[in-house]
Amino acid sequence: MDVKLYGLMAEFDTPTELVDAANKVREAGYTKTDAFSPFPLHEMDEALGIKRSILPVLVFFGGIAGMCLGIGLQVFVHYIDYPLNVGGRPFLSWPSFVPPTFELTILLAGFTAVFGMLFLNGLPSPYHPVFNVPRFALASREKFFLLIEAADPNYDQDETREFLRSLNAQEVFDVEE
Amino acid sequence: MQDLKEIQTKIYPPMVEGDHTFGTVSDKIGDLALKKRTPFLWYVGFGISFLVLQLLMMSVTTLVAKGIGIWGNNQPVGWAFDIINFVWWIGIGHAGTLISAILLLLNQKWRTSINRFAEAMTLFAVACAAMFPLLHTGRPWLAAYWLFPIPNSMGIWPQFRSPLIWDVFAVSTYATISLLFWYVGLIPDFATLRDRAKNKFFKFIYAVLSWGWRGSARHWHRYEIAYLLLAGISTPLVLSVHSIVSFDFAVSQLPGWHATIFPPYFVAGAIFAGFAMVLILCIPLRVWFNMKDMITNTHLVYMGKVMLATGLIVVYGYAMEAYFAWYSASLYEWFMMKNRMFGGPYWWSYWLLIICNGASIQLLWFKRFRESPFWLFIISIVVSIGMWLERFVIIVTSLNRDFLPSSWAMYSPTVWDWSMFIGTIGLFFTLLFLFVRFLPIISIFEVRTLLPDANVHGHHQDFEENVVQVEETYDRTDPPNN
Repeated sequence: MDVKLYGLMAEFDTPTELVDAANKVREAGYTKTDAFSPFPLHEMDEALGIKRSILPVLVFFGGIAGMCLGIGLQVFVHYIDYPLNVGGRPFLSWPSFVPPTFELTILLAGFTAVFGMLFLNGLPSPYHPVFNVPRFALASREKFFLLIEAADPNYDQDETREFLRSLNAQEVFDVEE
Repeated sequence: MQDLKEIQTKIYPPMVEGDHTFGTVSDKIGDLALKKRTPFLWYVGFGISFLVLQLLMMSVTTLVAKGIGIWGNNQPVGWAFDIINFVWWIGIGHAGTLISAILLLLNQKWRTSINRFAEAMTLFAVACAAMFPLLHTGRPWLAAYWLFPIPNSMGIWPQFRSPLIWDVFAVSTYATISLLFWYVGLIPDFATLRDRAKNKFFKFIYAVLSWGWRGSARHWHRYEIAYLLLAGISTPLVLSVHSIVSFDFAVSQLPGWHATIFPPYFVAGAIFAGFAMVLILCIPLRVWFNMKDMITNTHLVYMGKVMLATGLIVVYGYAMEAYFAWYSASLYEWFMMKNRMFGGPYWWSYWLLIICNGASIQLLWFKRFRESPFWLFIISIVVSIGMWLERFVIIVTSLNRDFLPSSWAMYSPTVWDWSMFIGTIGLFFTLLFLFVRFLPIISIFEVRTLLPDANVHGHHQDFEENVVQVEETYDRTDPPNN
């Protein structure tokens, strides 16, 4: 009886082999694919057809939110809630509000960058099927893996396995759900 | 052929020496954190640091029990060791951000082997720095009302027109962003440690810290964007932090503080002091941990050069301070400068500063000194002392002779001033020893990208591939002389 599979995973020795294989997988029409490497590979974005992330836009708005918070806070404190005459300066002495506004802009943009990245990546994820492959522990060390999910419309257990084997893979693993 | 290779190594010296593969770099760096046996020297170093840390505990306890009267601060020198040490520590932190952010944006690959512990150094230095203003309030448990925008019982808020409150925002943002940057860099390395750890407990801890990182290409894509954006926002941040620290002085009216040169000159000084501290830390570290193949002599030479460049900017700052004082034609400014340099009671500190920061770095013009780890280490220690003296000169010589001769007074630190300063050095090294024992001191995943194997062939052309292409072309055609 077949165990329900999450997908098939091929192991490669070098980044070049992985990128070449990923290109072929994309050209063969697979879309639900992923690659795993011990360091970022810029070529993978093209090879897997990864669209540019929305993250920079989020970070921009995070920064804008920080700026508004900074201006709002200081205007509220020194103009609305408790106007205080300090050395005859205007209540809205905006030049002196610039440094805290700048810092809050940076702070919220930074939070958005980090937590936005983690959120979009679906992290933290304590469990993921790929960890069921024992050799996958090497993905954080020296090996390169390519995954085709069973949910892919073009997926066929045997055909896809044969296809992955034909890509110079060291080995092809079943990834259990 | 050989010539081309030689030229290549001359222009681009290898940043990782020896025959390393992805696996061996992972093991080499990872095992420092994972190995069971702790080296004896670690216990010695940690033990001494931990003892010195107790000095800090004692000083803080006494301070809180008795009040800041135990320090030597007086009128008119109301700011003394607390702000000197604050500025000194926070300046040291700046090199970490420079290395991790600005050098990343400038595509300086040599940053890769030193950024991790330089960032750790930043965090620990900021922790030491933050203690001083907090404890200088005398009642740190109430400081939240004075530092953060919380109205007190009379409904009065902290004053946003004051550089001191700007400082709070700058330093707390800086600490937070530095922590995030450092942690984001650690996530893939935590995954490496998780997959390699044999001890169940540590495996669990590293698994939690890695947030389940699995190195997916989609994750890396967003990761790199986030990392680059963090670098992009950290760059203006780090420049702003020391500029704002310098506003603490420059915005006031005191001769010796009220100068427009302060922000750039403080930022350069911070990077100067920071690189000195990075060198002080990494020269023994690379020997003890046998890391000479990753923190190469080339790294040390580059850091020496940065130190020389920023040091010269600082010296230019000293010259301009004196020139401004004269050119301003302000009686008080010019008196302050003469008092600082010649006639005043602290004239020796000024000239000691010039020797430490101005004269000592001139040795770095010479290859012999720049390429010798021993001399770099000595010069770095001298520079660290010099940068501490710089803040002493700026703060004490300016304050102790202000506008009214009737309010002049001498300042001398008490034993508690010293014990607290030395105590923070203990805190710094205690944290650092814990860091080198339990976390990867070099960014493993970034070092992997430095290896020649990491290049994907046939996709992008870097110098090495050009060399190969030139070689191939050359082999195919007849040599022109035949």
